[in-house]
Amino acid sequence: MLASLLIVFREVFEAGLIVGLILAATEGVTGRGRWIAGGVLAGSLGATVVAGFAAAIAEALEGVGQEVFTAAILIVAVAMLGWHNTWMARHGREMAREMSAVGRAVKGGERSLLALAVVVAVAVLREGSEVALFLYGIAASIHAGPAPMLAGGGIGLLLAALVSFLLYRGLVAIPLRNLFAVTNWLIALLAAGMAGQAAAVLASADILPSWGDHLWNTSFLLSEDSWAGSALHALIGYSARPSGVQVAAYATTLLVLVGLARFAAQSTPARTAPSDNVNSSHP
Amino acid sequence: MRIPLFAVALLCLAVPAMAEEPLHLTIKDHKFQPERIEIPAGTKIKLLVRNDDDVAAEFESFQMDREKVVPPGKEVPVFIGPLDKGEYPFFDDFHQDAKGVLVAR
Repeated sequence: MLASLLIVFREVFEAGLIVGLILAATEGVTGRGRWIAGGVLAGSLGATVVAGFAAAIAEALEGVGQEVFTAAILIVAVAMLGWHNTWMARHGREMAREMSAVGRAVKGGERSLLALAVVVAVAVLREGSEVALFLYGIAASIHAGPAPMLAGGGIGLLLAALVSFLLYRGLVAIPLRNLFAVTNWLIALLAAGMAGQAAAVLASADILPSWGDHLWNTSFLLSEDSWAGSALHALIGYSARPSGVQVAAYATTLLVLVGLARFAAQSTPARTAPSDNVNSSHP
Repeated sequence: MRIPLFAVALLCLAVPAMAEEPLHLTIKDHKFQPERIEIPAGTKIKLLVRNDDDVAAEFESFQMDREKVVPPGKEVPVFIGPLDKGEYPFFDDFHQDAKGVLVAR
């Protein structure tokens, strides 16, 4: 029971952190609960389907179907995060101002919410398909009796949900006028981390060159199998031994996202007071 | 022309020789066979991981940064390296008593 609790917790933990960050990034936006819950639901359903087809996916493309699939959904998530950050650069200040000044919910965030719901779905799909595979395995093997192991899995799931809630509460404790600046940076780092992982996964399938199996090794400082290491891995793409192509994808994505947001912020007609510096707070 | 040539040069540098024969690793009764694999350091290898159990396994290694599901009754390739000399533990993420180590020398 403890083993299945730990395994399910570890898988759901990473997805949960991403959900917590997305919740904080959409604080106060009308209807975000529906969209994010929809993302979690779609991701969970997708995960059971992917787990069901695990054998077919594994055998696709001469055995590297899994890697291509993972990289593809990560790249979709990166695109959605980039789109969201560009959108926020244009509208974030209005959102923060309207909420703090009038205290009313913001309208017009739905399109950005759709992008973030896709990101949530991808995060849940990725980790959830492993949980589903693991639980299928338990259901199939009866040596210990599936009930205590399923109970362990359930507790693991709840604990991971608690962690994502704690991250969310921690982030929204930031004063509202700074919150979106912080979450936009975190989302840019999340996107860079996902792009880096996509590149690393493709390199591990021998589709991309690795450009050096590891450029550096910081596992003596922070190992990826520690809790802090895996949290940073999920949130900002920390890797103790990054390959060259992973670092290149990380840096490129971060630069493109920061550049796009700057550009979007600058090209927005100033609807605020002239003294307002429109691009100061967005990556 | 300079950029494509540079890119080609970089690619040539970055693609080390692949060892000719793939290595085999089997999962049976939630144990790896063999539990210790030796490879030459600095060489890229293709490890074929076969799962002879009737439930899914996941070949995982933090040290090699690899994570790959192996469905029951299937064999999947895992590309590894080139690695520096050293020991690289791996395990089955779904059955963590299953452990092994890859030694690059």
